[in-house]
Amino acid sequence: MVVYNSVIVDWWNKVSRSFYQNFIDANRWKYLYNGLGVTLQIAFFAVLLGIAIGVIVSSIRSTYELNDKRGPVLRFGNFLCKIYITVIRGTPVLLQLLIIYFVIFASVRIDKVLTASIAFGINSGAYVAEIFRSGIMSIDKGQFEAGRSLGLNYLQTMRYIILPQAFKNILPALGNEFIVLIKETSIAGYIGMHDLTKGADIIRSQTYAPFPPLLAAGIIYLVIVVGLTSLVTRLERRLRSSDH
Amino acid sequence: MTTNGTPLIEVQNLVKTFGSTKALNEVSTSIHKGEVVVVIGPSGSGKSTFLRCLNLLEVPTSGRILFDGTDITDPNVNINLHRQKMGMVFQLFNLFPHMTVLKNLTLAPIKLLKKTPEQARETAMALLSRVGLADRASSYPSQLSGGQKQRIAIVRALCMEPEVMLFDEPTSALDPEMVGEVLDVMKDLAKNNMTMVVVTHEMGFAREVATRLLFMDEGKILEDNTPAEFFANPQHSRAREFLSKVL
Repeated sequence: MVVYNSVIVDWWNKVSRSFYQNFIDANRWKYLYNGLGVTLQIAFFAVLLGIAIGVIVSSIRSTYELNDKRGPVLRFGNFLCKIYITVIRGTPVLLQLLIIYFVIFASVRIDKVLTASIAFGINSGAYVAEIFRSGIMSIDKGQFEAGRSLGLNYLQTMRYIILPQAFKNILPALGNEFIVLIKETSIAGYIGMHDLTKGADIIRSQTYAPFPPLLAAGIIYLVIVVGLTSLVTRLERRLRSSDH
Repeated sequence: MTTNGTPLIEVQNLVKTFGSTKALNEVSTSIHKGEVVVVIGPSGSGKSTFLRCLNLLEVPTSGRILFDGTDITDPNVNINLHRQKMGMVFQLFNLFPHMTVLKNLTLAPIKLLKKTPEQARETAMALLSRVGLADRASSYPSQLSGGQKQRIAIVRALCMEPEVMLFDEPTSALDPEMVGEVLDVMKDLAKNNMTMVVVTHEMGFAREVATRLLFMDEGKILEDNTPAEFFANPQHSRAREFLSKVL
């Protein structure tokens, strides 16, 4: 029993010493705290940009697909959107981030958070666009015809009939995309940003104890993702209850 | 029943092709106010395409459709304004599942006819009572039977106060015991002088309610006659063949 106790005490002492060294000493917790702030900022603005791009691109793509009459402007717009989606989905997000930082914004040094938000937003936009488009196309064509037959124009039919139903269908996929996006921002360290992952890595390089800071970062990501998931689930349930 | 004056709908040389198949081949006819025109024919004869061309859900390949004297196939015409006057009822009802029955009925009148919600609600409730469904106003479509859905769909079209009602096989997706309740609503409409174009397989309805009967096959109107005359003495061999199968 005594031996047993001393093992636990030893272990506890080791853990608390390690905790002190990694997080309390020299205010190292601030690397995680500030890193979390950077991660959330990038993710937030990237989500907004991604939604904006997604709305525009999916509007063009589904208008193209839903209409028989396709003018040259619509055809060209659809062509550009397809190229955008193909390139973004066909190349690694890290490569896109590096190109945007080192090539596109090479001469104009703007805020790094902004640069990263733009990179991740452009990346996310391609996926969001396809999610929106699939949601719109998942609605039965009869719904569209019913709206148009009443005299509603294309935009009114979209707004009152198609989009409310489509949104309900895409919510899980959209929530998933945002979760992926938050985790993807962990590569921002490649352009010298001190995000959550980079913060943990800095602590590691100072204390030579890799596990505690990396574990801490992992827990923080997990808490954010679990919180977001429950939020989406609750929203889904609320939308479902409205139509039995 | 060819009334005098200009027809409500005049179809001139309507052609619709899907790829290499000709769904409609030079169809011409006219529909006057108060007529109940029933279109019958074997499947693939082009009767649904014909109906869907009338409000431009299908854009004709060539030919003209004059509605109230306006050529609605002209791309410069605002088709939405004309569609407001042409109610349509679909085989699969196409009610809006995310809205209550009342919302289904009042959406278009509020947005397009600029009615106040109270006015729209009043019209909707009056029409709902007429089809015996006033108690379902706050239900969602998924809570209704097929026959109820289709009656609601008819009311939805009527709420726009249309000049003509187009029916695209309105009873084909219904359980047999629900066909009657929908046909009753349609008969009631006919009795009240609504102009109707009905694509259907209900020969009893055609015989009883139609003022005119169009028999279509292979994209053409082969017979255009009164129902009594058509059923007693079909002129075309195709029509005789069709009748021998469905009667």
